[in-house]
Amino acid sequence: MPSLGSIRRSFAPWDDPAAKPYISFKNVTKRFGDFVAVDNLSLDVYEREFFSLLGPSGCGKTTLLRMLAGFEEPTEGEIFLDGQSLKGVPPHKRPVNMMFQSYALFPHMSVADNIAFGLKQDGMEKGARDERVAQMLKLVKLEEFAKRKPDQLSGGQRQRVALARAVAKRPKLLLLDEPLGALDKKLREETQFELMDLQQQLGLTFMIVTHDQEEAMTMSDRIAVMDKGIIAQIGTPAEIYEAPNSRYVADFIGSGNILEGNVASSDDAHVTIKGGDGEIVGALRGSKAPANGEAAWFAIRPEKMQVSRSKPENVDNALEGEVWDIAYLGDMTIINLKLDSGNVVQASMINRSRLVEDPIGYDERIWLSFSADSGLVLER
Amino acid sequence: MTGRWSWFNITSVVVGFTFLYLPIVLLVIFSFNESRLVTVWAGFSTKWYGELFQNQGILDAAWVTIRVALISASVATVLGTLAAVALVRFPRFNGRTVFTGMVYAPLVMPEVITGLSLLLLFVAINFARGFWTVTLAHITFSLCFVAVVVQSRLVSFDKSLEEAAQDLGCPPFQAFMKVTLPVIFPAVISGWMLAFTLSLDDLVIASFTSGPGATTLPMKIYSQVRLGVTPEINAVCTILIAIVTSGVLIATILNKRRNMQHKHN
Repeated sequence: MPSLGSIRRSFAPWDDPAAKPYISFKNVTKRFGDFVAVDNLSLDVYEREFFSLLGPSGCGKTTLLRMLAGFEEPTEGEIFLDGQSLKGVPPHKRPVNMMFQSYALFPHMSVADNIAFGLKQDGMEKGARDERVAQMLKLVKLEEFAKRKPDQLSGGQRQRVALARAVAKRPKLLLLDEPLGALDKKLREETQFELMDLQQQLGLTFMIVTHDQEEAMTMSDRIAVMDKGIIAQIGTPAEIYEAPNSRYVADFIGSGNILEGNVASSDDAHVTIKGGDGEIVGALRGSKAPANGEAAWFAIRPEKMQVSRSKPENVDNALEGEVWDIAYLGDMTIINLKLDSGNVVQASMINRSRLVEDPIGYDERIWLSFSADSGLVLER
Repeated sequence: MTGRWSWFNITSVVVGFTFLYLPIVLLVIFSFNESRLVTVWAGFSTKWYGELFQNQGILDAAWVTIRVALISASVATVLGTLAAVALVRFPRFNGRTVFTGMVYAPLVMPEVITGLSLLLLFVAINFARGFWTVTLAHITFSLCFVAVVVQSRLVSFDKSLEEAAQDLGCPPFQAFMKVTLPVIFPAVISGWMLAFTLSLDDLVIASFTSGPGATTLPMKIYSQVRLGVTPEINAVCTILIAIVTSGVLIATILNKRRNMQHKHN
């Protein structure tokens, strides 16, 4: 049986029924006046997990993080950390540290004093404190900047100070609110891997809030995709990408094509739907096929389709259309194909060779083909 | 700066500034007059400054004024800062609008009314009028100026700074003292300067609320002027102008620096 995605993971406590969750949200609801930010949400996160909360702004992900840090109290429900209820525990008494989206560095203190702040607060003696600060500065490669003030640092350096300050107290759980949001693309990509290394090195549990799906995919062990205060789907990046449970998730993660139709027939692995684009057969998600005649949606990723000029033979599915838009991105080329039904489908081709014989251009009629297992039939 | 210096611009600036500052410049010049006659120039001299420091009545009044200003500015700064924090931090508490209005009302209230109402209060509760009544009155009206200055700084203060301090182990009050207060301190200082200057200047409210033995300098000057302007009074006024100007200047510079730092961030 092949598995989803191209990575083998050995760390998967969520599949182990004996594993005890480290963080537990139990039926947590948070209301601000009439607005429901988090709606009866339950969630388990395990020790040493790199967990991402992903969603558009206003979906409740930051509220979830702030409830864990203690800046907001749940309206209903309870949160447990390592088996202890966090009810009524103020932020300064929680064994949790947070890295803020704005970094929240203290502008009147030097980098070293910023990092030492939490240690001083804990009453750690000066010798040990200085040693820890030096260690943290080394960890984030800012040794020469110890005496600088935050406003004398670049964005990337500030981000590192914020990180060093948050991990200086060696919390077992680190919360990160859009930690890379203010960095430019290149720096962001570098920092993603640094964060992963740091998490491994210190053996911490990371809970991160982000709206950037690529960032979440790169770093996380598991991702919770959120929508209007509820969790739409929880899973490994591969599960979320290759087996979304709804159109919302399929659409939010990566680029996807969704074609509508009604169930025409099904067996225990595949479902055929019939709509404006003819019959399409896709993989069944889950174990129970929807009844014939029900509305269903076929979802497929652009890279899972083959592009050809002539009608392909011996394939499960083929769609014909006119090249509507075409974009060359370097590593790949994206083609938007307008089908005869008027639907536009996106396909992408990896540019494996530099030289291409007779490339595809605008206004050509071409074919897209894909196997039944490349796409999923979704019921919602 | 957009637009050029046209003749029209230059003329309006000159006329405007003359209108504003000619009387003050005249007063300063005549404070260095040799003659006893205020309006006749008889040569340069600093003798009136010397005589001023012999005049016990004026020195006493100056000492009262400075004490009142120091105490009232300090108390008003503490209370005004607290009010500003309450106004900015708890945006949804019941009666916030009323509270805001009440804090700011003295800003637009005619001084005569503030003075009179305070006088009535002190008489009603049978509070002996003197040094402390003037001080209390000055706290009352300068508090709102401090609140305005501090509030404008707090609005742009990143609340996550305080949350970060709490997250790192500070109880809320400590977080305020260790992080918020140092960051907004320049605004607090300029609030204090403003309160100090206002108290130094005030004549109307002090006249209403003062009692025997607590004559402030503006009151003293006013009562002496009624008997005729002397160069001595010009000298006192010049010193007052110098103090007030430097106070306002320092407050402005502090504000500027803080804004520039802010922009830099």
